[in-house]
Amino acid sequence: MCGTCGCGESDVRVEALADGRGPVATADHDHSHGHDPVPGVVEIETALLAKNDHLARHNRAWLAERGITALNLMSSPGSGKTSLLRRTITELAPVRPIGVIEGDQETRIDAEKIRGTGAPVVQINTGAGCHLDADMLARGLAELAPPPGSLVFVENVGNLVCPALFDLGEAAKVVVVSVTEGEDKPLKYPYMFSVADVVVINKIDLLPYVDVRLDRLVAHCRSVNADALVLPLSVTTGEGTAAWGEWLLTCEPVLT
Amino acid sequence: MHELAITQSVVDAVTERTGTAPVTVVRLRVGRLAGVVPDAMRFCFELVTAGTPLEGAELEIEEPEGRGRCRTCGAEFPLPDLVLLCDCGSADVEVLAGRELAIASVVLATPVP
Repeated sequence: MCGTCGCGESDVRVEALADGRGPVATADHDHSHGHDPVPGVVEIETALLAKNDHLARHNRAWLAERGITALNLMSSPGSGKTSLLRRTITELAPVRPIGVIEGDQETRIDAEKIRGTGAPVVQINTGAGCHLDADMLARGLAELAPPPGSLVFVENVGNLVCPALFDLGEAAKVVVVSVTEGEDKPLKYPYMFSVADVVVINKIDLLPYVDVRLDRLVAHCRSVNADALVLPLSVTTGEGTAAWGEWLLTCEPVLT
Repeated sequence: MHELAITQSVVDAVTERTGTAPVTVVRLRVGRLAGVVPDAMRFCFELVTAGTPLEGAELEIEEPEGRGRCRTCGAEFPLPDLVLLCDCGSADVEVLAGRELAIASVVLATPVP
């Protein structure tokens, strides 16, 4: 939480599951609090998410200074984000240090699953909150203390609506959708799919058993986001995961 | 319910500028493609302004229409939603307007001469 103005929600809990690291205070960010009343109409002209965006820029700079690449994983609950991370950590950890920040309303279940892979992990419980914001990520990063050059996966709260609006300071946004959710998800939740840099279509091994055509699901992704990289894969069988791994190896920190 | 967090940010941003001066009107711009529901913001506004200088203020929300431009054929057209399809068949459409999410201005109860 910011010690200057107290931003950050009081029921948010940040908890490290990696060994031996105590809580680390998050540095306060710069503020320009002006408190002089101004007469009549006052032009504000401020982005509604200005405070979050300011903190996100702070995170982005912090990450870039350390050569750390953060990826924001978003999806509906049950799409396979945690399973994807477990497989990815197993395959990629020998190549690059990996840390994980898990976001859920409650429980440490996902963080425990990640810890089983040996990767350092921090669980953020948002309480009533439906998304992670840049302040929560700052606190999570302070707790995780990822080494320079590492890859940090941020698993957002399972929700195809709210997380789309909040920049965390990540290098890229990855949206995971599974074929069992139906082929119309990009049309029903266009805001989420429109902000994605990468769309992972998971559980393609189940295509023979569901009434979903992969080409139509891809076309629906394209109709709300022509630029996103679309990667169909199966975490269970490993089909398509090589392309995901190759993309991850190209990821670098960004400054804007 | 991200509107609650976003509406809270309105109170924070306004009081950063106007301090403790009572506010009677808050004017926002929430584009039709911004992913925020104005009615939900109105619902949250009363809750989050209670006990602040914005308590009782009127919330005016301008809702700019969505507009897009096709990167393939160059046509500009209204965008009723985020399904970005041009009549020419291209889905490579740039959103020009409709994603606004800003506090435009406020009116203070007691203008100081």
